[in-house]
Amino acid sequence: MCNERQVDKLKSSNSKRINELLGKTVTTICGLLVIAIVIMIVIFITYKGLSTFLVNHISPIEFFISSSWNPELPPSDGGPKVGAFVFIYGSVLVSTLALIISAPLSAGTAIFITEIAPKWGQKVLQPIIELFVGIPSVVYGWVGLSVLVPFIRNNIGGYGMSVLAGSIVLSIMIFPTITSVMVDSLKALPFDLNEASYALGATRWQTIARVLLPAALPGMLTGIILGLARGLGEALAVQMVIGNTPGKIPTSILDPAHTMTSIITMDMGNTVMGTLANNALWSIALLLMIISLIFIILIRVIGKRRVYR
Amino acid sequence: MLNSKRLVLVLLSVLLIAMVILSGCGSSQSRQPTAPGNGSSSSEQNSGQSSTSEDTLSGTITAAGSTAMQPLVEKAAARFMELHPNVTITVQGGGSGTGLSQVANGAVDIGNSDVFAEEKLGADQAKELVDHQVIAQGFAAIVNKDVQVDSLTKQQLIDIFTGKVTNWKDVGGQDLKIVVVNRPTSSGTRVTFIAKALDGAQVIEGNTLTEDSNGTVLATVAQQPGAISYLGLAYLDESVKALKIDGVEPTVENIVAGTYPVWSFGHMYTKGEPKEPVKSFLDFMTSDDVAQIAKKLNYIAGSDAAKLK
Repeated sequence: MCNERQVDKLKSSNSKRINELLGKTVTTICGLLVIAIVIMIVIFITYKGLSTFLVNHISPIEFFISSSWNPELPPSDGGPKVGAFVFIYGSVLVSTLALIISAPLSAGTAIFITEIAPKWGQKVLQPIIELFVGIPSVVYGWVGLSVLVPFIRNNIGGYGMSVLAGSIVLSIMIFPTITSVMVDSLKALPFDLNEASYALGATRWQTIARVLLPAALPGMLTGIILGLARGLGEALAVQMVIGNTPGKIPTSILDPAHTMTSIITMDMGNTVMGTLANNALWSIALLLMIISLIFIILIRVIGKRRVYR
Repeated sequence: MLNSKRLVLVLLSVLLIAMVILSGCGSSQSRQPTAPGNGSSSSEQNSGQSSTSEDTLSGTITAAGSTAMQPLVEKAAARFMELHPNVTITVQGGGSGTGLSQVANGAVDIGNSDVFAEEKLGADQAKELVDHQVIAQGFAAIVNKDVQVDSLTKQQLIDIFTGKVTNWKDVGGQDLKIVVVNRPTSSGTRVTFIAKALDGAQVIEGNTLTEDSNGTVLATVAQQPGAISYLGLAYLDESVKALKIDGVEPTVENIVAGTYPVWSFGHMYTKGEPKEPVKSFLDFMTSDDVAQIAKKLNYIAGSDAAKLK
């Protein structure tokens, strides 16, 4: 009897040790794998992206400033032309406009969920917003193309396919991302803050505007930057509604434009690995990656600088 | 102990799910016949193994590339597989550039391209490829249905696409702004259209829209008042109007008769001389069987294609 118990104990501690070892190994492998993949992607894109300048000897100044794009144009016709300014400008413009539309809406929704109607907001509204994230981008693009574009064309003017259409579609797509992060940062605030503020005789509005928002500001900025990064990287939906006009910088929000992501998706199937036309696309991809890395670093910096606590 | 066991279980199941998803992706990628107009490039997996056998034809053939050629190659492959049940043929899209680079790398057996390999690949790589000009395809200038123009001269087409004429009233239509919808500069359809219909004229970039796939071109031209673009005959449908060029309708009959100028050979490239079963399949592409299929899909193949040479 006693013996059996001892054996049982031994067994369980043995299996515990094996479990622990197994768990440790699996998680370590996962972690290392992720690190390796990220490093490989960064190296690969950097190597590919720089070859436009190092192998094909395109001047970086032309790449950033010129807006004429035709990397396959034979030299006899004045080619190749590798000016990515139109795409960079288009991407930044559309994402910024989307943010201007989306950020205030998100902030309002987040405040509503956490402060105004916590019960209803968290039970109904938050799941609905999270559902937004699950809608595939091609669906947003398709709806944009068949509803928004004709609406803009018939009621506002222009081609319909425009910076405006792209920004609106994008703003809907980044809205749930920004809102979720903002809700989390507002929720993370201790309830003491509300109580202290009310005890001082502040109204609900004063509490929200003067106490809670400043305290949650770093977290909310993180949400905005995440939204911006997501907006810059979005390809399909924007490509479907923005018109993709190369060679012309949009002067009005009703003009069509072109983005970095859409030139990559449009040209990659038609170009051959190792040629200038393909390398130029890698350069744009590299630039896109650098921009999002900068944003991620920004998030880190802002996240560390906490106003409250 | 229960907790750690559960953790391990969860981790293992996550790994398992990941593996299932990954392997599922891999297999679907290699067999999925991509929908027309899919611009995405397929992975460069090495799935091309052509095994030879003595008595019956067997093995696998993979083909990738031009989306303009894809519908015919898919249909022909289906017919070929009926005749030779031991042969599996996979037809992918991805664009002419993808087809050429994958066949040059040996990733696929047949690379479909709208343009000559020399135009996309370096001379060294192009030398290794054997061109099989087994099918031909016509391209039509298409306009929005509301445009009151049925026929344009070549000169008028050139004027429109180079931006000299910007209103339909200048070419015999109503007072309506012309909206040019181009393909990306790297597109094979664009290269052919510019060479054959516009006599190599430099098309404008500013104030034009760009769409990369046959499907989106069709949708855009159908929606956009005053739009003009170009499309492979196989993709034409009732939603747009195909223009006559110099009074000649864009039909397979007129191309074979030599009166309609905008067509090109579709190239099916192999690396080196083709082995079985690829060789039999390429021979099959010139048969009357495929000629019949081609006629239905608005391509030119078999004896008709031979006439064009």
